[in-house]
Amino acid sequence: MARAVTPRRKALTTALAWAIGFLIFFPILWTILTSFKTEAEAIASPPKFLFFDWTLENYGVVQDRSNYMRFLWNSVIIAGGSTLLGILVAVPAAWSMAFVPSRRTKDILMWMLSTKMLPAVGVLYPIYLIFIKLGLLDTRIGLIVVLMLINLPIIVWMLYTYFREIPGEILEAARMDGASLRDEILYVLTPMAVPGIASTILLNFILAWNEAFWTLNLTAANAGPLTAFIASYSSPEGLFFAKLSAASTMAIAPILILGWFSQKQLVRGLTFGAVK
Amino acid sequence: MYLRNALRAATALSLIAAGGAWAETLTIATVNNGDMIRMQGLTDDFTAKTGHTVEWVTLEENVLRQRVTTDITTKGGQFDIMTIGMYETPIWGKNGWLVPLDDLGADYDVDDILPAMRGGLSYDGTLYAAPFYGESSMIMYRTDLMEKAGLTMPDAPTWDFVAEAARAMTDKENEVYGICLRGKAGWGENMAFLTAMSNSFGARWFDEDWNAQFDSDAWKTTLTFYLDLMNDAGPPGASNNGFNENLSLFQQGKCGMWIDATVAASFVTNPNDSTVADKVGFALAPDTGLGKRGNWLWAWALAIPAGTAKADAAKEFIRWATSKEYIELVASKEGWANVPPGARTSLYENPNYKDIPFAQMTLQSILSADPLAPTVDPVPYVGIQFVAIPEFAGIATEVGQEFSAALAGQQTAEQALEKAQALTTDAMEAAGY
Repeated sequence: MARAVTPRRKALTTALAWAIGFLIFFPILWTILTSFKTEAEAIASPPKFLFFDWTLENYGVVQDRSNYMRFLWNSVIIAGGSTLLGILVAVPAAWSMAFVPSRRTKDILMWMLSTKMLPAVGVLYPIYLIFIKLGLLDTRIGLIVVLMLINLPIIVWMLYTYFREIPGEILEAARMDGASLRDEILYVLTPMAVPGIASTILLNFILAWNEAFWTLNLTAANAGPLTAFIASYSSPEGLFFAKLSAASTMAIAPILILGWFSQKQLVRGLTFGAVK
Repeated sequence: MYLRNALRAATALSLIAAGGAWAETLTIATVNNGDMIRMQGLTDDFTAKTGHTVEWVTLEENVLRQRVTTDITTKGGQFDIMTIGMYETPIWGKNGWLVPLDDLGADYDVDDILPAMRGGLSYDGTLYAAPFYGESSMIMYRTDLMEKAGLTMPDAPTWDFVAEAARAMTDKENEVYGICLRGKAGWGENMAFLTAMSNSFGARWFDEDWNAQFDSDAWKTTLTFYLDLMNDAGPPGASNNGFNENLSLFQQGKCGMWIDATVAASFVTNPNDSTVADKVGFALAPDTGLGKRGNWLWAWALAIPAGTAKADAAKEFIRWATSKEYIELVASKEGWANVPPGARTSLYENPNYKDIPFAQMTLQSILSADPLAPTVDPVPYVGIQFVAIPEFAGIATEVGQEFSAALAGQQTAEQALEKAQALTTDAMEAAGY
């Protein structure tokens, strides 16, 4: 039975939702506002919210000093490449766990997730040494592989959860109609799981875009993505918040826009299977 | 296609002719400080002179330290030149991780480098990093507030005078605090300041047998003095303040005095950013009459990791960036106030530089700091605001957290010192001292 919702209650809930939404968005908003201030205004106390001399100076400085497009391009390739590679590996893995589970499937899933519990810095040296041996330091392909590996447990888990919602009988029917394993995954399972796969891709893309440990530690002059671009604007001696905010705004803008456009898809995917 | 290749070949040939050797691309890791950014802007001059090109990797200080440490210990070879400080240089030099810089040529005039800088960047008498710019710490104070308090700042004040002046200048209702000092935890944050301060109170980190000394009276006096002073005359929330936070407070006119890096002098006197630019005076860091002042010594220096294939080109860069000619180049493009300070004696003899208001006090501060004999009592280590052993960064950051907690009022000075003593003793024993 549906609960009666009074207009008053509805208004309150809406206001609360907006308030929480604003609270979550506030740090981003503050970063964007700070990027239009001068360095002196950026650290003014009490802070200035909207009434300051808006300036584009910081964006000019950042443009002059850094090759933004190179960092952006690296981010797109690394985040995109690691996501695609991850999906290619994870779809068959999740398929087998969801539809042909063994006694140990749950343990394997748990074990995969446990790799996320290790602090990244704990394996920095081994990975660094492997990268030296393979000549992968400061290359995009090296980062694509590492980011794919660290995000793989999450991709497999998400896809596994979505696939479990799809009735096995449909796949069985396809098999009885003579579909091969490849056809079954490619033409039956994948189209049905599109919302799930899409949101997995999006989430993984965002995670890879924002990853700031490996992307800083394994790159130098060539493969640095936008995280390296942001890191170059922090200063131990001197005011930098306005310029850093401008760099941050430029770095998050593409992913923010992508997020806005794919909001529906993202929410649908993330809540897929939540209501039975 | 043919034309493009021909052009490339011609460019390469001209570069070889210009450089007299194969033109290289150098990768240099550095921090985002004003002087480094200026150097990046002037790289064309280096390329024109040598044919070598430069790729910059600019990182946040702690990220940089972690990044270059990983690379140098694994011989990753990602960087041809690294920007490091006085803490790393002797340790890395000792380990054979850096290329000795003992052959930079007669025209480089290595004897012109300030002796304190040269000493702090050498191991066993060999220079391992060339100072790009150097700094000490000094008092920056508001001349108007000092006058209002009816006091006159001497050039070389004592801690007692500083404390008296700080209390007299404080006007909490109008958000004016007599003194702003570092409180944020970290070996390069509050511990840089407190270790330097403790030297002037006769304290030391270790005795000659590497026993921790936080249970000494001298440390108790240091910490109690600092906490009392900050509670009476410091800004609220000081346990979160580092260099940049204090800089912003001072620039907004909220600090009567600030004891910090000499490089800050050019920021607080810059009328574009500072509301008090024309009311700033300078004095040496305070003492207690024991023969040591509470100022530190630091250099941002350029070093070449052992194992780079481009050591010769890297040396050419270091010769260029830390030369007298480079200082002239910056002065001609950006003015004398913007040249990298604190590295060469000749700069302070230059009549053009003598007019800069903070130049002489910076020099005197640097000259009064001796990293080879930092304390009143003898110590087995080198370094003023740090102890040049690999374990120091970790230990001092933990000690810094205890002292920061004491400043925040979460524990007493005695409790903080007791914990510092225990954790330092444990860590040093574990490290085999």
